[in-house]
Amino acid sequence: MSRRTAASVLAAAAAAAVLAGCTSTAPPAENASGGQGGPIKVAAADSSCDVAVTEAPAGKISFTVTNTGSKVTEFYLYATGDRIMGEVENIGPGLTRDLIVEVPDGGTYTTACKPGMVGDGIRAAFTVTGNAQRSVDQNTLLAEATAGYTRYVNSQIEALVPKTQEFADAVKAGDVATAKALFPVSRTYWERIEPVAESFSDIDPKVDGRDDGEPGVPFTGYHRLEKDLWETGLQPDSAAMADALVADMKDLQTRVKTLELTPVQLANGAKELLDEVATGKITGEEDRYSHTDLWDFKANVEGSQAAVAALRPVIDEKDKALGPLLDERFAAVDTLLEQYRVGDSYKLYTELTDEDKKKMTDAVDALSEPISQVAAVVTS
Amino acid sequence: MTDTGRTERTVPPPPSEETGGGLSRRALFGLAGAGVALAGGGAAVGWAVGENASSTPATGVVPFRAVHQAGIATPAQDRLHFVALDLTTTDRVAVARLLARWATAAERMTAGEETAANGAVGGNPLAPPADTGEALGLPAASLTITVGFGGSFFDKLGLQDRRPPALAELPPFAGDNLDPARSGGDLCIQACSDDPQVAVHAVRNLARIGFGTTSVRWSQLGFGRTSSTSTAQTTPRNLFGFKDGTNNVKAEEPDQLDDHVWVQPGDGPDWMTGGTYLVARRIRMHIETWDRTSLQEQEQIVGRSKGEGNPLSGTAEFDVADLNARGADGEPAIATDAHIRLASHETLNGVRILRRGYNFVDGTDGRGRLDAGLFFIAFVRDPQTQFVPMQRVLAQQDPMMEYLQHTGSAMFACPPGLAGSDYWGSALLS
Repeated sequence: MSRRTAASVLAAAAAAAVLAGCTSTAPPAENASGGQGGPIKVAAADSSCDVAVTEAPAGKISFTVTNTGSKVTEFYLYATGDRIMGEVENIGPGLTRDLIVEVPDGGTYTTACKPGMVGDGIRAAFTVTGNAQRSVDQNTLLAEATAGYTRYVNSQIEALVPKTQEFADAVKAGDVATAKALFPVSRTYWERIEPVAESFSDIDPKVDGRDDGEPGVPFTGYHRLEKDLWETGLQPDSAAMADALVADMKDLQTRVKTLELTPVQLANGAKELLDEVATGKITGEEDRYSHTDLWDFKANVEGSQAAVAALRPVIDEKDKALGPLLDERFAAVDTLLEQYRVGDSYKLYTELTDEDKKKMTDAVDALSEPISQVAAVVTS
Repeated sequence: MTDTGRTERTVPPPPSEETGGGLSRRALFGLAGAGVALAGGGAAVGWAVGENASSTPATGVVPFRAVHQAGIATPAQDRLHFVALDLTTTDRVAVARLLARWATAAERMTAGEETAANGAVGGNPLAPPADTGEALGLPAASLTITVGFGGSFFDKLGLQDRRPPALAELPPFAGDNLDPARSGGDLCIQACSDDPQVAVHAVRNLARIGFGTTSVRWSQLGFGRTSSTSTAQTTPRNLFGFKDGTNNVKAEEPDQLDDHVWVQPGDGPDWMTGGTYLVARRIRMHIETWDRTSLQEQEQIVGRSKGEGNPLSGTAEFDVADLNARGADGEPAIATDAHIRLASHETLNGVRILRRGYNFVDGTDGRGRLDAGLFFIAFVRDPQTQFVPMQRVLAQQDPMMEYLQHTGSAMFACPPGLAGSDYWGSALLS
C-alpha cells in the first residue's frame, strides 16, 4: 500500500468504460485467424511449450492453450521489449483456455509458456507476416497503448480473484502452511496493478492497509491475515477477514471495468510502482511479518514494465534512445532479482544483507530516473 | 593564488546556450551584475576572469574554470556538503559522459543558476523538473564544486596504468575505528558554500544526474569551517573550542602551495599536473570528556592558548611557535607531545598540508552523547610523504587521541582546473 494519503490521480478517471480491443480470454471471434484454419493449438507442459504453428498473418490471431502439465501455467505473446500483446494466466492442469491477440504489424514475436507462473518461461519465436489495415497516427498509438494496458489490468484481476479465493479458503480451513504459501502468490497480481487498485481509495486501505495503531482505523486485509498467519496465530475473526478480502477483490473487479485510463496515467503508474519498491519493499516495510517483500518487489517491477511496454510504440516514435535505455535498466533489475530466487520463491527480506539492499536501491534508482521521463515523452 | 601572471590562463565564458535562457537564481534577487568584490577582499585577487566578461563577478561567485579547481585554495566557505559515490558501471564512455554533464550543471550552479535552463519550474509540466528547486531565489553563495577520483575508480574502469602512485591506499593508523560505510568511494564531490542549502542543492542534483552511473556511498555535512585558507579570513574554532588552522598553508603563499599542495610536472601522470590529493578523515570527538578537562590541560595538549590562540611560547596568535622555548620552570613551553609540535613542519622534516576541514554534529549516538567532531579535509601534493608521516606521529604520540577517534577515511585524486570545454578528468579519460 502506498504511504501517500492522497488517492492516485487515477481515481478521477473512473468513468464509463469504453474498453477498446479484446480481453485476453474472450471466446474466439469471427475472422480470428489461426493460420491454417482455426485457432493455433498450444500444448503447455511442465518443461515444454509446443506451439503447433509458428507463423500467422497480421490481424487477429487466436490460440487455444491446453495445460498438459502438472503446474498452473500461463501463455504469452510478446513483442519487442517483452511488450505483452496478449496473455492468458492461471490455467490449471488439464484446462484449456482461448486467447485472441490483435497483431497489426508483421515481424518477429515471442511465445512463452510459464509453468508455475514464474520466470521468463519457455520461449520460442513467432513470425507474423504482412500488415493489417490500420491508421498509425499518434492518437491511434496512444489509444492502443491504453487499450493494451487495460487488457493487462483485467487479465491480472482475472487471476487475482481466484488466487485470493484459494488463499482465503486455506485460511478458513485453518491450513496455515498452505495459506502461507499462497499469500505472496495472490499478492503478486495485486502488486502488479497496485496504482490502479489504489485509485479506488476505499478498497486499498481495507485490502492492503498496515497496522499503524491509529485509533478508529480497523486493521483488515492481506496484512492482518499475514500477521495472524506468521505472528499471532489464526484468530476467531480470521475467516471473516478472509471472506471480506475476497469480497473486496470482487468489488475491485467490477469497478475496474468502469476505469478509463490515459497515457499519462499509465506512465505515472509505471513510476509509482517503482516508488512503491523504493519506499516499501527495499525497506522491508510492506510484508513485515512474512518478509516476502521480494515477491512484491518483482510484481511491482513487472507491472511497471507492462505499463511501459504498452506505451512502447509511442515512446519509440518520440525518443529513440529512451526505449533501449529502459530495456537495459529493466533487465538489470531482473538480473539482480534472479540472484535472490530460491526455486519458485524468493529469499526472505530478513535474509538480505545491507549490501544486497544497496544493490537493489541502485538498480531501482537507475531505472526510475528514465521512467520518470516517460509521461512527458509520450505526450510531447 | 596571488601571482596572476605566472600560470593563470584566461578562460572564455561558457557557451551562451548553457547559461542563457534560464531563470537565474540571482536575478530573482536583483543581485546579478552587482560589482561587489568577493567577501574577503584580497582573496579575490588573481582569479582568472574571462576576457569577455563585461563586469566583475557578481557577489559570491567563485569562478568555476581556472588553472586549479576551486574549493581548495579559494577562501574556505562556512558550509560543506561532501559526498562519496561509487560507480555502478565499468563503461568509461558512460562515466565520461556523466562527468561532462556534471561539469555543465556545476558551472551553472556555481554561477547561481539552475542545473539547466528552465530547470526548476519552466519545463514540461508532465516531466519531473530538471532542477530540484530548493535553491531558487538563493544567490551563488560562493559555491565551489570540487571533484576527485578514488583508487577504486581506476580499478573499476581498467585504468590502473594511469593511477598515480601517490594514490596508494592509506596504511592503518593506531586507534583507527573506520566504518566501511563512511570510508572510501570511487569519486567524491566537495560542495562548499556560504549557504548550507546551496551546498546541499548542488550535491543532491549532481547525485541525481548520476543515477544509473553512480550511487551515493556516504555523505557528510559540515556546518562550520575549521580552517582559513586566506590571510584575509579570521581563524575559526573547532569543537574543542580552539582556533584551528592558524598555521595553515594560505592562498597568499603561492610558493608554499606549489611545494605542498599542487602536483608538479613529473610528480606522477601528466593528467594530474596542477591537481592535488584530497584526504578526508571523519574524526569523532569525545567532546563530553574533553569538556571535563581543565583549561590548563587542554592548552598543554594543543600547545596554544584557548583564548588568543597564541603558541604557548608566545603571546599573539600568529607568533611563530618556538619549539625550543622553555618556561620559568625550565620545562619546554610547548610540551614535547603537544599537538602543534607533533604536527609542525619542524618536527616533520618540512611537511606541511593545506587543511580545509569542517565541524559536524550528526545528531546523537543513542547513548546520550552528541555524534560530533571534525570532518578533516587536507589537500596535499603527495599523501604518502605528507599526510601519512604526519598522521602516524599523531596517532602514536598525540595525547589528543584520547579525546577523538577516526571513524571514516577516504582519499581522492583531484585533477587540475577545467579549461574551455573540459570536464573533470577529461585528460584522464580521453
